[in-house]
Amino acid sequence: MIHARGLVQTFHTKRGRQREEVRAVDGVDLDVSEGEVVGFLGPNGAGKTTTLRMLTTLLRPTAGTATVAGYDVATQSVEVRRRIGYVSQAGGAFSGARAGDEVVDHGMLYGLPQRLVEERGKALFEQMDLPGLWARMPKNMSGGQKRRLDIVMGLIHEPKLVFLDEPTTGLDPQARANLWEHIRGLRDRLGVTVLLTTHYLDEADALSDRIIIIDQGRIVASDTADNLKAQVAGDLVDLEVHDPAQLSAAAERLATLVPGPGGVEVVDRHVRARVPRAGRSVQGLLRDLDAASIELESIEVLRPTLDDVFLTLTGRSLREAEAASEQVGGTGQDETDPTAAGASTGAPTATPVTSSPTTTEGAHR
Amino acid sequence: MTATTSAPSTGLDVPLERGPAATFLRESHIVFRRQLRMNLRNPAWVIIGMLQPVLYLLLFGPLLEPLIDQFGATNAYTFFVPGMLVQLGIFGAFFAGFSLIGEWREGVIEAERVTPANRTALLVGRLYRDLLQLCVQALILVALGWALGMRASAVGIVIGVLITLLLGGACAAASNALALTVKSEDVMAPVINMIMMPVLLLSGILLPMTIGPDWLVRVSDFMPTRHVVDAVRASFAGDFAFSALGWGIAWSVGMFVLAVWWGTATFRRENA
Repeated sequence: MIHARGLVQTFHTKRGRQREEVRAVDGVDLDVSEGEVVGFLGPNGAGKTTTLRMLTTLLRPTAGTATVAGYDVATQSVEVRRRIGYVSQAGGAFSGARAGDEVVDHGMLYGLPQRLVEERGKALFEQMDLPGLWARMPKNMSGGQKRRLDIVMGLIHEPKLVFLDEPTTGLDPQARANLWEHIRGLRDRLGVTVLLTTHYLDEADALSDRIIIIDQGRIVASDTADNLKAQVAGDLVDLEVHDPAQLSAAAERLATLVPGPGGVEVVDRHVRARVPRAGRSVQGLLRDLDAASIELESIEVLRPTLDDVFLTLTGRSLREAEAASEQVGGTGQDETDPTAAGASTGAPTATPVTSSPTTTEGAHR
Repeated sequence: MTATTSAPSTGLDVPLERGPAATFLRESHIVFRRQLRMNLRNPAWVIIGMLQPVLYLLLFGPLLEPLIDQFGATNAYTFFVPGMLVQLGIFGAFFAGFSLIGEWREGVIEAERVTPANRTALLVGRLYRDLLQLCVQALILVALGWALGMRASAVGIVIGVLITLLLGGACAAASNALALTVKSEDVMAPVINMIMMPVLLLSGILLPMTIGPDWLVRVSDFMPTRHVVDAVRASFAGDFAFSALGWGIAWSVGMFVLAVWWGTATFRRENA
């Protein structure tokens, strides 16, 4: 459905009097098969949105090639547009217009007759839990309803491929969970291929058949969430020792579970290490600690997260990358692309990488 | 999802086959209809847009009556209404870009650009709206002027309004292009003010440039809108000679073509 080779996008920014070239996307290769839900994960400024805008024909690649739905994005852009749906970060429905009118007008721009668009639009409103909101203005809708309206607009011409750019940014946890259900439904019930960008770890984990991780304009990994996590050497075992005098003894015992030398970290009263299949070996560890009269305040066994994967692949955590991109103003389109809607004041702003309140792993990171 | 649907079609089996011209007209009409609907939802802005020339007509027009002989004219309102029409065409239309920035911020422009619709149609649809609004405002202004004592032939009024629409279309297209270039009301407002001030002062909208010193007249010769004002005044006064109308019409057409080209190029440049 999507095949991209060596996609490059450069922008020019001014630093003082000097004009600098920023390589927002730096040689991206990308393949997405029909029926896949692919999560495009990376910190703000990584190049996610820029890549998406090139694939949706909104931005001409500086270099490289891409075909979407069988058509070249640079030379057959109109054919590509006929076959894709795109839901941008900024939305797409005007806040002061009636939702139904926006959907109908949008659908008619695809050449569809008005009556057909109205029928489809009303059916989609039902499917996306927007009953009775046809005549309501988006400004009077909740954030979740507005986002679902944006998705309706992206689906009105029944595309086989939908691009969702940060679909749940700014939504509360309940609205996010609700929207996740609808996104899953796109593939499961409508057979739509989905490429979604996100900087939420849990979102990529929960929604995607496959995750593509991008950092500083380059793809650093592409695999299922489980396979990506398997690349990280084991679960994190964190022992909180009651008596600081026993820290080294606890570290020695934990080290017996770690393959190879080193790998045990002592911070304050915590002893930590990556342990393969910790679920099995931790029982023996507890017995050893007990036999040595080493008293623990707590023990935690944490499964690897995508943040661990990102750390393993790039040497820094997603949250650090996020903070760094915010400090320097970012290197990717999310902050620098002058053509992106909502890039200036008043647009929905990106929020830092966070883990969903529904998971506990991230809370310990 | 609360309902189950069958697998979607390719999305290509339903659109009707049309020629390029018919497709263009349809797409620009869809955009126009949408824009018009939004305007009708907020008619206050249309009225506020008219307020300035109406106030000028009511409060400044009477001041001209004792001076009108010095301007080489006989009817103060026949002299003044054309100036107000041009002012309406310039000022009203130049603010069209502000609504475009709002649409851009809400992702509307991007959503439109990702459809197969012709980029020029996206601009032209908005121009239809601006021109219709300007036309209605112009007719109201003419009617009010008539009520106050303006007299002109129907042909003269039609030609004058048409020239005004050309100028207004040029300003609206330029405003949309500027809006998509700067994408910020904070930048757009001072830029428009910077352009408007010399245009207002050097076009003879309020008072004829001929009563000024030679150097000012020479400077105003280089202001295209001065020739447009002269042409609209000539048509209202029934002077249809080429020397009176020709330059104004030529400048109006030239500015319209140039601005539409700029606007279209901006809509296209934003897109791959």
